[in-house]
Amino acid sequence: MLEIRNLHASVNGKEILKGINLTIKDGEVHALMGQNGAGKSTLSNVLVGNPAYEITEGTVLLNGKDLLAMKPEERAHEGVFMSFQHPVEIPGVSMVNFMRAAVNAKRKYHGEEPLSASDFLKLMREKRKIVELDNKLANRSVNEGFSGGEKKRNEIFQMAMLEPTFAILDETDSGLDVDALRIVAEGFNKLRTPQTSAMVITHYQRLLDYLKPDIVHVLLNGKIVKTAGPELAQEIETRGFDWIKEEIGL
Amino acid sequence: MSDNNKLVREVAEKKYEFGFTTDVHTEIIEKGLNEDVIRLISAKKGEPEWLLDFRLKAYRYWLTQKVPTWAHLDIPEIDFQAISYYADPTAKKPEGNKEIDPELMKTFDKLGIPLEERLALSGTAVDAVMDSVSVKTTFKETLREKGIIFCSISEAVREHPDLVKQYLGSVVPYRDNFYAALNSAVFSDGSFVYIPKGVRCPMELSTYFRINAANTGQFERTLIVADDDSYVSYLEGCTAPMRDENQLHAAIVEIVVHERAEVKYSTVQNWYPGDAEGKGGVYNFVTKRGHLRGADSKLSWTQVETGSAITWKYPSCILSGDNSQAEFYSVAVTNNYQQADTGTKMIHIGKNTKSTIISKGISAGKSQNSYRGLVKVDARADGARNYSSCDSLLLGSECGAHTFPYMDIKNDSAIIEHEATTSKISEEQLFYCNQRGIPVEEAVGLIVNGYAKDVINKLPMEFAVEAQKLLSVSLEGSVG
Repeated sequence: MLEIRNLHASVNGKEILKGINLTIKDGEVHALMGQNGAGKSTLSNVLVGNPAYEITEGTVLLNGKDLLAMKPEERAHEGVFMSFQHPVEIPGVSMVNFMRAAVNAKRKYHGEEPLSASDFLKLMREKRKIVELDNKLANRSVNEGFSGGEKKRNEIFQMAMLEPTFAILDETDSGLDVDALRIVAEGFNKLRTPQTSAMVITHYQRLLDYLKPDIVHVLLNGKIVKTAGPELAQEIETRGFDWIKEEIGL
Repeated sequence: MSDNNKLVREVAEKKYEFGFTTDVHTEIIEKGLNEDVIRLISAKKGEPEWLLDFRLKAYRYWLTQKVPTWAHLDIPEIDFQAISYYADPTAKKPEGNKEIDPELMKTFDKLGIPLEERLALSGTAVDAVMDSVSVKTTFKETLREKGIIFCSISEAVREHPDLVKQYLGSVVPYRDNFYAALNSAVFSDGSFVYIPKGVRCPMELSTYFRINAANTGQFERTLIVADDDSYVSYLEGCTAPMRDENQLHAAIVEIVVHERAEVKYSTVQNWYPGDAEGKGGVYNFVTKRGHLRGADSKLSWTQVETGSAITWKYPSCILSGDNSQAEFYSVAVTNNYQQADTGTKMIHIGKNTKSTIISKGISAGKSQNSYRGLVKVDARADGARNYSSCDSLLLGSECGAHTFPYMDIKNDSAIIEHEATTSKISEEQLFYCNQRGIPVEEAVGLIVNGYAKDVINKLPMEFAVEAQKLLSVSLEGSVG
C-alpha cells in the first residue's frame, strides 16, 4: 500500500506539487489525469526519487516504510517501478547486461544469490513473450535505435523482469499505435497480481479501456481536485477539464 | 556473455589491488647513469660486444638530447642520476641452481599469473619479468616444437644472436626519441618472439611486467618478429607497488610483420597511478612501433590504459607492404590527477594500405586525457585509406579531454575519414539505472564499459574480463 500525505515538491525553486494526498491499496490501479503542467510527471519522479526534484513537505509510506528516505535504487528493490515517458538510450550496454545488473542488484538487496547465466537467460525468454519483444531487441543496447513503440514495450518488459509491487506508467501510451498499445496494455495486465498496484498517467481513455482503473484522479495546479470511479475518465474524454475547473470554482 | 554485474561487485571494495611489495633479496646497482653503468649492465647479462656498442652509441646520443615537452603533459623534472638502472630479484640463487625463489612464485600467483605450467591459464604462455630480469617463461618447450621462439630478450641475445642483431633497433632506432635512446642504452628484460614461416602460434603469448624494487627504473625491451604467413596474438600486462615516489618505466616494443603474417598486440596497462592526491605513480614513457614490412601483412594494437601517473605512448604502424592493414584500438582512462597523452601514428607507404584508429578516452577527477594521432600518406601510397574515430567521455567538470589529430597526406588518391565526439555520462542515464535498482558506482561501470565496448571486444577473453574490472575500479568515486 502506498500512502502519500501532504506532499509538496519543487523544481528549480518553483513549487509544483502543493499538497498531494493519495492512498493506493494493493491490487488497485489508479489513473492520474490532468492538463500538461499540472504536476503528474513531477509526482511520478518524486516517488521514484529523481534527484532533480526537491521535496519540501510531506510523507510517503510504501507498505509502512518511509519511501522518501530511500535511495532511488532502494525504492526499486522495495518494488517501485516507473515506465519512463522518455526512456533514455545507453549506448554499448546490452539489454542483457543491463537487466542482469538490475535483477541481481535486487536479489542481493533481498539476500538472494545472483541468478546463473542460464537461469537469467531463461527468465529473459519467458518475460519477453509477455510484451512480444523481439529477441533482437533484447540483444541490442539499452533503448538505442528503438522506435518509440519499441521503447515503451521495452519498459513493460523491464517491469516484467523486475516484478514490482507498485508501478508507475508515465504516459506509456504516448507515441504508440493501436496494436502496440494493445500489446503493452495486455502485457501490463498479465503482470498484475493481487499485490500489484499502479498509478497510470495518461491523457487518453484508450489505455484505460484496457487497464480498467479502479479510481480516477484529476490533478490540477499541484493538487488532486477530483476523485471518482472509471466513469470520470470517460467524462474527461468527452468534456475535457474545464467543467471540473468550474465545479471547484476556478 | 560477459558478467558485468558480478565483476563490478567483486571489485567494489578494492582500490589498487596490486600495490603490495615482494620481500625478496634484490641486487640493485648504484644509482646513476654513465658509461660504466652501461658496461656493468651489459656484463651482467653476458652480452656480446656488438650489443654493448649499440648501448653505448645510444647513450652518447641520449646525452645530446633534451626531454621532449611537446605532449599535453605536466611532467615534473626527472633526475636521471637518482634512478638505479638495474635490479635483479633473482640474484640470490646460487650458481647452477635453477629453482626460482618461492617468494617470486608467490608474487606472480598473487597477481593471477601462475608460473607453474599445470596451473596456467589454458592456452597462454607467459614470460614473467620483475624489475630488470625475466623470472620465468612458461611453455617454452611446447612452443619450441613448432619452431616458435618465446623467451626473454636476454636469453635471445645469448641463444639467437643473429635474429636479435638483425631486428633490434630496426623499427625503433635509438635515435628515434629521448626515451628510445635511454631505453636502448640501459634496457634490461622484455620478451623476444619469433614465429617461423607459415606457423600459426597455437597459444596466446604474454609478458607480465612487474616493478618491485624502489627507486629503480624499468626499461623493458620487447621484439616480436612474425615471418611470412605466420600468426601470433601477444598480450602484455603490468602492475607496480604503491609508492609515494614516482617510478620511471621507459619501454620499447618493436614488431616486424612479414608477408601475409598477422600480429595482434594487446596491452592492459595498470601501473600504479598514484594516490587520490596525485602522489606517487609510474611515469610510463613508451615507444611502441610495428613495421608491416611484407605485402598483405596485418598488425593490430589494442590497449586499455588505466594505470600510471603519466602516460606518454603512441603505438604506431609503418605500412610498407602493399595491401597491409593496421589497426589501433585504445581505451585510456584517467582519474584523480592522472595524465595521459596517447594515440598512434599510421604511416602509409605501400599501395592500397588501410588503417583504422578507434580511440576512447575517459576522463574523471582532475585528470587530463589527450588523444594525439598522426595519419601520414606517402606520395607512393596509392589507394591508402584511413578511418579514425576519437571519442571522449567526461565524468565530472574538473577533468580535461583533448584531441590532437594530425594529417600529412601526399597522395591525392587517399581516402581519409575522421570523426570525433565528446560526451558526458548524463544524469538521465544514471537515474534510469538507479530506478532499475542499479546503484551509481555500478551504473558508471556499466555505462563506461558500454562506451568502451568496441575496444574491449578486440581483446582476448581473459584480458577483456580483466579490462572490464579495471575500468570500473579506476573510476570509483568519480561520480556522485
